[in-house]
Amino acid sequence: MTVGTPTTIEEVEARLRERKYIGDRGLATSIFLALKLEKPLFIEGEAGVGKTEAAKVMADVLGARLIRLQCYEGIDLAHAVYEWNYPRQLLHIRLMGEGEDRRVAEREIFSSEFLLRRPLLDAIDNDDPIPPVLLIDEIDRSDEEFEAFLLELLSDFQVSIPEIGTIKAKRAPFVVITSNRTREVHDALKRRCLYHWIDYPDLEKEVEIVRARAPEAADGLAREVAGLVQGLRSMDLYKVPGVAETLDWARSLAALGATRIDSNLVDATLGSALKYQEDLERVREQIPALVEKARGA
Amino acid sequence: MPEGPDLLPRLGAFARLLHDAGLEAGPRRLTDATRALVYIDLKQQIDFRNALRSVFVSRKEDLPTFEAAFDIFWAPPDPRAAAGVLPGRSRALPMSPERAKAWAIALGLSSSQMNREQEPTAVPISSSGYSAEELLRHKDFEQMTWQETEQVRRLLEQAPWRVAERKTRRLRAARAGRIDLRRSARHAIRSSGELMRLFHRRPRIRRRPLVLICDVSGSMERYSRLLMIFSHAIARREDVEAFVFSTRLTRITRLLRYRDLDRCLESVSKGVHDFSGGTRIGEALADFNRHWARRVLGHGAVVIIVSDGWDRGDPARLTAELIHLRRSAHRLIWLNPLLGSEGYQPLTRGMAAALPHVDDFLAAHNLKALEDLGRLLAGLGTRAGSR
Repeated sequence: MTVGTPTTIEEVEARLRERKYIGDRGLATSIFLALKLEKPLFIEGEAGVGKTEAAKVMADVLGARLIRLQCYEGIDLAHAVYEWNYPRQLLHIRLMGEGEDRRVAEREIFSSEFLLRRPLLDAIDNDDPIPPVLLIDEIDRSDEEFEAFLLELLSDFQVSIPEIGTIKAKRAPFVVITSNRTREVHDALKRRCLYHWIDYPDLEKEVEIVRARAPEAADGLAREVAGLVQGLRSMDLYKVPGVAETLDWARSLAALGATRIDSNLVDATLGSALKYQEDLERVREQIPALVEKARGA
Repeated sequence: MPEGPDLLPRLGAFARLLHDAGLEAGPRRLTDATRALVYIDLKQQIDFRNALRSVFVSRKEDLPTFEAAFDIFWAPPDPRAAAGVLPGRSRALPMSPERAKAWAIALGLSSSQMNREQEPTAVPISSSGYSAEELLRHKDFEQMTWQETEQVRRLLEQAPWRVAERKTRRLRAARAGRIDLRRSARHAIRSSGELMRLFHRRPRIRRRPLVLICDVSGSMERYSRLLMIFSHAIARREDVEAFVFSTRLTRITRLLRYRDLDRCLESVSKGVHDFSGGTRIGEALADFNRHWARRVLGHGAVVIIVSDGWDRGDPARLTAELIHLRRSAHRLIWLNPLLGSEGYQPLTRGMAAALPHVDDFLAAHNLKALEDLGRLLAGLGTRAGSR
């Protein structure tokens, strides 16, 4: 597979496709521009449309290392950037002889040898031949304080550690930020990024995705499962299935040896696509109609 | 399509159009757009559009506005579009009629091509046959005397609106609590590796987010204005999400941000199209559960529904949605202005269906009642699931 920085939008598209990521031209354009302008790419979309996957595939396209920072509530600098290895520092200082100069010792223990490097520091300070891809996943789970810090980091790709000084990236990493929109991320951060909204794919594209990523499903099955999911998405549900669910579903059915769908099979495997009891109940009543429609698709 | 020397000024004008339509299109984005276009084959209209979208849009909600603005500004005139039949594209831009007119003149279009939102036909007709009740008129807020408003506003603003707090997962220094290894070790290093003193950390306390869902249908008419004043008073705190509904749900969080109450009321009145229409609480809550709950109910939110329960929808639907809503909220409070009136029994179909599924059922007919609510909010515990 071709590796290296793509030089045209078509090339981005082709390389993604080569790696079985079926994106639209809009996404390829945003990725291409983010690379060219050296700006972070902010990707939003419903759960399971392939936001995280896009970053992973891009690392492979560029031949770069993927550094992933999974956000969560309460994430702070000690988890995201760096932390001193305190037990080792204490041990070191205890093992020192009486007469040794304390100032020298302090310089020793606050050196990079005693530094625990977390993903963000790693993304900025490394010897990778190709700048890494930094995936900041589900930023909406972190809090405002952390967002404010990221804003600073993303504007000049540098971090200051009081005891060591400022560390600046030799070359900016390719940054992908994802959000599920469980809360509104601050405009100031988004302004620094290029933006792309990943929508649910249409039927043809979803069939293509199933064929690429769940090749164990027969062609007819792929189309019918995609059709079913398209039908479910038009229903009034608490949580409509994403592409990830389509793939799970296609794989489950294929594992059962199915080459076509029918009401019984759909009933038995509906849990692959729907995650709420109310949704399951609502859909169960309508399985025959859904199946009929999907088989006609 | 744009030509070489003409491109930059036109791009600037396009940014101004986006700005007037409510997008953030400042100098930084304009610079980015200019840089981006260097790498794009301008003859490919689709790439040109994608590139500008990726620079100028940063919220899903702004996508339709961007597409409409792009069509109006860059696309060659299409007779189908003028007739409003271009599939999948709405040409309406959210702008005042004067602005839209000015842009129409500047771009050589008829003003109806700029802004169809002003025409009543642009309003979606609901399929349930209930649309006759959806009275799409702009409610005049001038009915309450200015003096009364001022009094109520002053009292509401003075009320100490404090919603209960919750523990977050972010830790801060404290006298007691978990041991803060970082600070303790720091201190120990200074004293030759001897752990002389232990420092502690504790979860930070934050106020719970508050979500208001207010009924502004016809039967609530007498209270709508007061409710808006009430919402505005609470919304001066950071974490309030506010919605109003009658036959459909509208988010008014952004509109409540205006400091000036009158300006805020005016914008809500303009932004909400079905003030004083009929009520379908179940549908409104369904809409909330599907489209907003995951976005605004994180972090242990308290949800307040304000309605008299005069529901013309299906009570079973209302029950189902309330059960779901209650599960995702820290606390579900129902305020009913009628509860204060003498001899009131919650016998309306909607209210009877709702009662078993809310945590608190309170009055909201006068200031005293609102103060009681204030006390309840302040008293909710910091722990999860203190129901």
